[in-house]
Amino acid sequence: MVTLPSEQKPITTDTFLRGLWEENPVFVMLLGLCPTLAVTNTTVNAIAMGLATTFVLLGSSALVSLLRKQIPKQVRIASYIVIIATFVTIVDYAIHALSLELYNALGAFIQLIVVNCVILGRAESFASKHRISKSLVNALGVGAGFTFALLCLGTVREILGSGTLLGFPLFGDGFQPWVVMVLPPGGFFVTGAWLLLFAWLKERKQRKVAEQKEAVHAPG
Amino acid sequence: MHPDDLSFIFLNAFIINNFVLAYFLGLCPFLGVSGKLDTAWNMGLATTFVMFVSSVCAYGINTLLVEYDLEFLRLICYIAVIASAVQLVEMAVKKLSPTLFRALGIFLPLITTNCAILGLALFQTFKEYSFLQSVAYSIGAGAGFTLALMLMAGLRTRMDLADVPAISRGAALSFMLAGLLSLTFMGFAGLGGH
Repeated sequence: MVTLPSEQKPITTDTFLRGLWEENPVFVMLLGLCPTLAVTNTTVNAIAMGLATTFVLLGSSALVSLLRKQIPKQVRIASYIVIIATFVTIVDYAIHALSLELYNALGAFIQLIVVNCVILGRAESFASKHRISKSLVNALGVGAGFTFALLCLGTVREILGSGTLLGFPLFGDGFQPWVVMVLPPGGFFVTGAWLLLFAWLKERKQRKVAEQKEAVHAPG
Repeated sequence: MHPDDLSFIFLNAFIINNFVLAYFLGLCPFLGVSGKLDTAWNMGLATTFVMFVSSVCAYGINTLLVEYDLEFLRLICYIAVIASAVQLVEMAVKKLSPTLFRALGIFLPLITTNCAILGLALFQTFKEYSFLQSVAYSIGAGAGFTLALMLMAGLRTRMDLADVPAISRGAALSFMLAGLLSLTFMGFAGLGGH
């Protein structure tokens, strides 16, 4: 049987889903942690950051994939960084023009998308080896995975830390907010808690599979 | 102390608003290279040096860009300067101490994508620091990064021997530890600054 080189393999839902769940950039690969923790004190910030990062991912993946035969191997990282920085500058100016409030809330973290390892990682390990349509689907999946992770953190931190969701109060006046959750330590605690949850789910799944195998092979 | 004093800027970046524990900058090496104390110390030194060099260069570049009205090129210029500074450090370390070069491994070139360094360059631009203030800020930030890395390394060495449930080993536990460290550092907030 002849295996196709990965360049020619067709696009499947797996190309998309892999980035969203199995290889989730934040929870599984532990990449791009700085923006993840820094801007997730409210849900709105988390969504904005996720969308901005997804846009940069899509743009840079498309361009890197288009130029993959032209960029010499020795200067590829520098070229990728310049491409990424260009798209980040676009996002920076766009957010500044659209919503000053959001721009101030996210602060330097919009410009810091440049050094988000998720994006450089995609350019280096996927977009530089695949054709543009496939790179775009993959980038969209990873972007969705990143946004999903930010949302997980953002909603928990906003609900616990300010007692609101998307700015609407949830619990009434009697609720004493856990202020620490919107402060830096809360970011670490909530991320740790999500990681624990996923580790527990994974372990439970593995145990079930092992038990099933045992049941099948059990004599009598 | 006045907020513009050099000593205040240094202290502010060093402990009050620690780059790792209060701003979440440079988390990848913070979790990646904090396994052993001596590696953490060397990584801290290398990062501090790159911070110092890129802070000085960023100050010069920014003056030039503002002069010619080219602020939209700031990001691209900064990242290029940082990448060159890291290359310099990499060559120096490789020449001076091959053992250290192997110990730091992939994390040495990855200093380029350490957001603490680009963050430092951007923050000093936003705060409109003078040359000397920028230098104080960069050394303070470097010292703060080294301190956080060393503390974490010490804790993790102890943690390896602790008896914890299997699922919480590794990343989850490190995050909880970092959260506690960050909580401790919040105690310094009373010293002032923002």
